[in-house]
Amino acid sequence: MLRYIAPLIFLAVLIGFFIKGLDPDRDLNKLPSPFIDKPAPALDLPNLKNLTERVTSADYEGKLALVNVWATWCVGCRQEHGYLLELAKEEVLPIYGLNWRDQRNEALSWLTQLGDPYVASGYDADGRVGIDWGVYGAPETFLIAEDGRVLYKHLGPLDSFIWERDFMPHIRAERGVEQ
Amino acid sequence: MKRLILALFLCSMAGLSLAIDTGQAFEDPEMQARYEKIISEVRCLKCQNQTIKDSNAFLAGDLRREIRRLMTDGKTDAEIFDFLVERYGDFALYRPRMSGVTLLLWIAPGIFLLAGAFVAVRVVRKRMSMPIGLDDETDQAVS
Repeated sequence: MLRYIAPLIFLAVLIGFFIKGLDPDRDLNKLPSPFIDKPAPALDLPNLKNLTERVTSADYEGKLALVNVWATWCVGCRQEHGYLLELAKEEVLPIYGLNWRDQRNEALSWLTQLGDPYVASGYDADGRVGIDWGVYGAPETFLIAEDGRVLYKHLGPLDSFIWERDFMPHIRAERGVEQ
Repeated sequence: MKRLILALFLCSMAGLSLAIDTGQAFEDPEMQARYEKIISEVRCLKCQNQTIKDSNAFLAGDLRREIRRLMTDGKTDAEIFDFLVERYGDFALYRPRMSGVTLLLWIAPGIFLLAGAFVAVRVVRKRMSMPIGLDDETDQAVS
């Protein structure tokens, strides 16, 4: 009996691996973030628009907030920019920017030309804070809970579909608990 | 002619010597050796099949700079790897440490070896218990 069942089990496991490996929706660039459900890293950067001011995690403490990593050299960031503006207009939640490894004058003109969805953007010229946040490719978007935990992290441009599917369930759960 | 070919060949290879790591080297050769060992074990997250030693992606440069800074601060190798895993997860290391998620990765070769040994022992035992001259079932069926 075993001599027939054992190869079948082996085959089933192998097929399982192939199905996972060949899944067209599988994106090898998407890595699980080690920050999920853990306190978000600290943010403390000069404000992009006014370098004498600072943007810190204290600014969004006690709020459900979005931290969006962006740069002017990043194509995906331009792609999602319109959607971020929409989110900001609807006042779903405050959006903070982490301007990552960018030229300041270019970043400033980007915000003037395309619009500014951010409450404030921290200016991370040399990418040090980016490393603290485990950033490896812009755009990246972190959903931060009121108590400062990271609820969700998305890699790549945001759109309404991803927002509804991946972000809204967390937001509803968080807001539902408090009401 | 041979010389010309050799010269052309050498010219074409010259690009390989371009340094990727343009950061300041450590003065202490021991530190430099440690540094090179560490960066050859860290994955460049942006270009996943390269180490940060081989990659010229700016993220790799940032990570090298960060590792250099941590070493200057006197951090041990283990602390540096912890720093990276905290931020980027186990995937950042080419030699993942043993933990809940990576356990399967570490024990799978052992499981396969044991399974193979089990099958081999069974086959050998079975053959040993057969009368000489009949070494498997097909032979038996024929005779």
